[in-house]
Amino acid sequence: MSTKVKDASIPTIPFKARLSRWFGRNLLRIYMVFGFTYLFIPVAYTFAFSFNDSGKSNLIWKGFTLDNWQNPCGAPQICTALGNSIKIGLLATTFATILGTMIAFAIGRYHFKGRSSSNLLIFLPMATPEIVLGASLLSLFLVFKVNPGFWPTVIAHVMFCISFVVVTVKARIASLDPRLEQAAMDLYANEFETFRRVTLPLVAPGIAGAALLAFSLSFDDFIITNFNSGTMMTFPKFVYVAAARGIPAQANVIGSSMFFLALAIVIAGQIVNRRKAR
Amino acid sequence: MRTALPKVRVPYLLLFPGFAFLFTFFILPIVNLAQTSTQTPISGGDTGQYEQTFAFGNYIDAFLENREQFARSFVYATLATIFALAIAYPLAYAIAFKSGKFKNILLVLVVAPFFTSFLLRTIAWKQILGEEGFLVPTLRNLHLLGPQTTITSTSVAVVAGMTYNFLPFMTLPLYASLERIDPRTIEASGDLYANGITTFRRVTVPLSMPGVVAGTLLTFIPAAGDYVNAAILGSPNTKMIGNVIESRYFKIVDYPTAAALSFTLMAAILILVTLYIRKAGTEELV
Repeated sequence: MSTKVKDASIPTIPFKARLSRWFGRNLLRIYMVFGFTYLFIPVAYTFAFSFNDSGKSNLIWKGFTLDNWQNPCGAPQICTALGNSIKIGLLATTFATILGTMIAFAIGRYHFKGRSSSNLLIFLPMATPEIVLGASLLSLFLVFKVNPGFWPTVIAHVMFCISFVVVTVKARIASLDPRLEQAAMDLYANEFETFRRVTLPLVAPGIAGAALLAFSLSFDDFIITNFNSGTMMTFPKFVYVAAARGIPAQANVIGSSMFFLALAIVIAGQIVNRRKAR
Repeated sequence: MRTALPKVRVPYLLLFPGFAFLFTFFILPIVNLAQTSTQTPISGGDTGQYEQTFAFGNYIDAFLENREQFARSFVYATLATIFALAIAYPLAYAIAFKSGKFKNILLVLVVAPFFTSFLLRTIAWKQILGEEGFLVPTLRNLHLLGPQTTITSTSVAVVAGMTYNFLPFMTLPLYASLERIDPRTIEASGDLYANGITTFRRVTVPLSMPGVVAGTLLTFIPAAGDYVNAAILGSPNTKMIGNVIESRYFKIVDYPTAAALSFTLMAAILILVTLYIRKAGTEELV
């Protein structure tokens, strides 16, 4: 009896209308769940099949094992390839970050003759398909009788990473408040001190982000590397070559480890940033 | 006495090392590529030996022989760009406006799949969608897919693979430009009695145009020159111009044709990009 009275006092919304309202409000959230699921399906698949007791070809699920994780170098050549990729990545990142940051400061901080053509020169490598970059560089090396291999690959990676570094660091420089530097000058810091104690620390997160981007671009590059590396193996090349006859599960182990490692680095960076912000 | 560095020189000094590098390893190779593209085989020479004869006919031959692959590259790349935009825009919008304190984490998650090698992810798709995966047999049992129909080795698979692989390139610039929108402009639109859809169409979309332009370019350009997706997910019937250039270089050692094709591809992309930027009307791209 009393419950009936209670019910009548609240205007009841039909279930269907409530449902459609809930969907209306949460449509984007639902979409986001689908979007991220789509992004992560192959990552999850790669991770799952790193535990496959697969033998040589990792195509069909044959049973759970930890062997691949305990023995990631078990597949022939895979760790040589990984080592090369890491070495190339570190070298290319170092050079590209230094050169790119200098260019970013020049373009971001100064007005000079030829500034817009400088912007164009930075944009061009990004507007050129990778296959053209790789093929043209190989032709040049062949003309000068340079054999493709480790250093030509490093050079190629520096070349295509520079533009991405410039764009990333430039965006950070553009977002700086010029008053901070003026304040430093007002407090009698000279130009060099202002740069070292104010500008550089403020731009540093941008440079770190650019370096991380450069490393991931270099580490994951296949097309340009394939043209300029000759017989030297890198990790993406290893995967591509192995794909023809079945990829060993160790490749999945390495791919998954890179994923978790990168995630850890990025999250650690976020935490450090948040602490600093406080 | 110490003479201070004239200030005018500073930017040029900063630019010099990087630009010297780009000049040597980007401009010079492109010039050299142009040279290679008009060479012809030395009569009586070995394979892979060419001499300069300014044979501009190379371009016409190369184009006519491969116009199908050219057309396919541009159609696939356009489709992949449109699909990526359709998927990424709501995603970027949701992250920018509806994710509250999870914003940074979600942004990291967009980039995170990047770190598993893109080849591994493409091969994972091949296996998920392939004959031995669970999806195709399930769809066949439900009679949604004919017994002979496959998903892999089709143009659908190649376009889907490209859409997937270039999605972060689309999402990040979109997010960056959506995030920069001043929420007061959207409030103002509401105050002026615009409903949600009108506000979105007349305020949000125009303000996010720089992101749309940057994202579509960052997707279209690598997609048009890509050959990995077509090689892994496609069949001989889905060959793109990238596949042709690659095989001319490595399998046939026909450098002039490969160079002519590369140059044509680059020119076509540059022309399209220029027209597109003019039309979209954004100057500050980089």
